[in-house]
Amino acid sequence: MQVTRQTCQRVLWLGTRRYLSATPASQPTVISRFLLWLSQNFHDVEPLLNWSTTLRNRVVRRKNLFYGYAQRRYGENIAAAYYILSLKGAFRFAGQTEWFRPNDRGRFSYDFMSFPAATIEEIDLSGTPINCNGLDNLVTQVHLRRLTLRGCPEVDGWFLSRLHAFSESLEELDISHCPRITTGALCALIHLRKLKLLDISSLSSLQNPGLVHILIEEMLPHCLVTGTGYSQGLSSEDRMQTNSTAGLKAQATQPQAEENGQTSVQRHGEMH
Amino acid sequence: MSFWQRLPSKLHSFQAVGVPSRTVRPQTRIFLPRIRNVSTGVPMRSDFVKDLELQLKAMREKAAAALPGSEWTPFEVRHGLPPERVDVLIIGGGVVGWSIAYWLKRKTGPRKALRVLVVEKDPTYSQSSTVLSAGGIRQQFSLTENIQLSLASADFLKNINEHLSVLNEDPVDLQFNHSGYLFLASEKGAHIMEANYETQRHVGAKVKLLSPAQLKDMFPWINTDGVALASYGLENEGWFDPWTLLSALRRKALSMGVEQCLGEVTGFRYGVHSVENRELGRLQIRGITHTNIQMPNSIEVQPVESTVVINAAGANSGKVAKMVGIGLGPDDMISGISIPVEPRKRYIYVVHCPDGPGMDTPFLIDYSGVYFRREGLGANYITGVSPEETEEPDITNLDVDHEFFKDKIWPELAYRVPAFESLKVTSAWAGFYDYNTFDQNGLLGIHPLVRNMYFATGFSGHGLQQSPAVGRAVAELILDGGYKTLDLSALDIKRIIYEERVLESNIV
Ligand SMILES: Cc1cc2nc3c(=O)[nH]c(=O)nc-3n(C[C@H](O)[C@H](O)[C@H](O)COP(=O)(O)OP(=O)(O)OC[C@H]3O[C@@H](n4cnc5c(N)ncnc54)[C@H](O)[C@@H]3O)c2cc1C
Repeated sequence: MQVTRQTCQRVLWLGTRRYLSATPASQPTVISRFLLWLSQNFHDVEPLLNWSTTLRNRVVRRKNLFYGYAQRRYGENIAAAYYILSLKGAFRFAGQTEWFRPNDRGRFSYDFMSFPAATIEEIDLSGTPINCNGLDNLVTQVHLRRLTLRGCPEVDGWFLSRLHAFSESLEELDISHCPRITTGALCALIHLRKLKLLDISSLSSLQNPGLVHILIEEMLPHCLVTGTGYSQGLSSEDRMQTNSTAGLKAQATQPQAEENGQTSVQRHGEMH
Repeated sequence: MSFWQRLPSKLHSFQAVGVPSRTVRPQTRIFLPRIRNVSTGVPMRSDFVKDLELQLKAMREKAAAALPGSEWTPFEVRHGLPPERVDVLIIGGGVVGWSIAYWLKRKTGPRKALRVLVVEKDPTYSQSSTVLSAGGIRQQFSLTENIQLSLASADFLKNINEHLSVLNEDPVDLQFNHSGYLFLASEKGAHIMEANYETQRHVGAKVKLLSPAQLKDMFPWINTDGVALASYGLENEGWFDPWTLLSALRRKALSMGVEQCLGEVTGFRYGVHSVENRELGRLQIRGITHTNIQMPNSIEVQPVESTVVINAAGANSGKVAKMVGIGLGPDDMISGISIPVEPRKRYIYVVHCPDGPGMDTPFLIDYSGVYFRREGLGANYITGVSPEETEEPDITNLDVDHEFFKDKIWPELAYRVPAFESLKVTSAWAGFYDYNTFDQNGLLGIHPLVRNMYFATGFSGHGLQQSPAVGRAVAELILDGGYKTLDLSALDIKRIIYEERVLESNIV
């Protein structure tokens, strides 16, 4: 009987991991594990779970709305500043030393409204749900020099490909710990010709980080690229998951094609 | 599905009753306890035990197959007969066919149970353009419709997990490469490029023009001789894995209740009635009642009744249209105008070149027509070119002509990128364009001579990137009676009858 319980737990745990791989930032809570178990045993729970994903997507979408009204009424800089603060991010105006950031409860003062002409020079949006639509609010800040996006769950290639708006000014970019950034996403950085400092540490979706590091240095010759958090290899937990999902991945049609051109080529070769 | 999921636990309880707990031994991957071999020497008993053992083994295998991490998928290809009656029958399980199926279901929702059947003749997709394509997506077109289609599709790909994720399955990873397309124009083509650029900006694509000097600065490995102007896509352009998109669309559509059937459409049963049309005169209008599906490895032909038939058979769609009699009438009549879609063979060569460009390689299209892009990070590239109209290769097979590379591609490649002087061809494949000989653009909508056959074909080399938006457009045509989100009436199939071409103005 003990075996039974153990295996059940294992199945549950695996299932949860798979489910949560869609939401990399969160930890499996008791409730979500219970819901998952329910959904695996009863069909009626499925819509509920789908619904919660929809809800989550909606929250992200709402947080990344375009503040068109604020922009028209108060100007681009104020709208951008307001957007950053409402995401619980922080920023610094050009020519000032002081940072504007909300307090722990997300409240912030509206002092920044008194500098409608000031452009933003540094932005820190670490850990916020900013996505490529939210960038609409920021692309007006063409004097942006430093952007920190450490551990942002929604930052992906589509996001990076929009950073060309800052190609004339951006000097420092930190995209470490962003779980959705892949090799194909990093290709978009080619537009950032002024970049001097780039942090690509601990990108969990990146395969061949060593090679990618070298290739990025080649692509951006004037930029210092830092990337740590790869040399230690996989943690034991990750390794377990890799094993258990290996079969599944293989079946989900050659996921390494991008990293290893050969795979897709071989597939095509087999085709005829 | 739920049956299989529950199976392991059922088995446990079963064994817990039948076998003394002593014999239960934990196992690592297969979670079911194994029974110790009980050999008693009493034949009757041993028979029974063996039997039981065999049965348990079979069950165990099934159960293990159903657990996460196995090859098993809940959607088995239906080897049995197709249903007798459906609402919408889609011919062709390529990316276009599955996209339409997905959008039909998505738009009707689960409650209004629209029965959709996708008929695909080849489960391995060995000749389907979708999996043999180069996987590129760009907005650098000259026709507003094409730019809009591609923008809408890029938006779909951006939010692909909102569209195509299936509960308890891994999220879709398209392996999208945000490297952009780089078009090079010579003196002759520069003004067309500029005009196209204006259109693209106007429609909302993010493109930038580069002078030869800027080009050289950004891509030092390019030889800019002969280049007068270049245009480079900044957003929403690049390439992805077509197979992933196809299987994700299929997986989602199946999970929403779309049915699929393995078999080839060989003919139709239809009624004919005569009507008077103001513009076109007296017409013999056909209405398809049944689609005949030839089952694999058998002589059996199964008729399936349906209200609507969608022709998304890719390169084969001209042939399928002939089965309803389109194009078989006298030459001077409308019924004599066939669907101008035919297979055209295109080669793709995989080359290896250790000194070639790195991560800054875009999808480059030279003014000679030669294109190449990176494939992975191992200094591999894929390249190709469309042959001259007079030199179209034989389409009876998918064999690759290696001389073609030496004569037509390599000289151009090595001229543009001197490093490619020292490349090696490592492999190659060929695929069929669903080539529209009339004007090389998509053909959408109902044919005036067949009341209930919708077309979505003829994309000639950009069908993959347009498929998500095309699926939505066709679903709108069927369910809403007209285009709702994007007005694609310029791509209506009726233009072949009025002889109105919509042409891309190419720089090449
Ligand atoms: C070499 C090459 C490179 C390309 N590069 C690009 C690119 O970079 N970007 C881009 O957007 N597009 C590209 N394309 C074009 C793109 O692949 C096609 O336009 C697109 O895949 C068309 O999709 P489809 O679903 O209509 O056709 P297909 O994928 O061909 O699907 C049609 C399906 O219908 C089935 N079928 C046919 N007849 C019948 C029948 N009678 N009964 C049952 N089933 C039938 C076939 O088996 C096939 O699976 C390329 C094409 C080629 C050949």
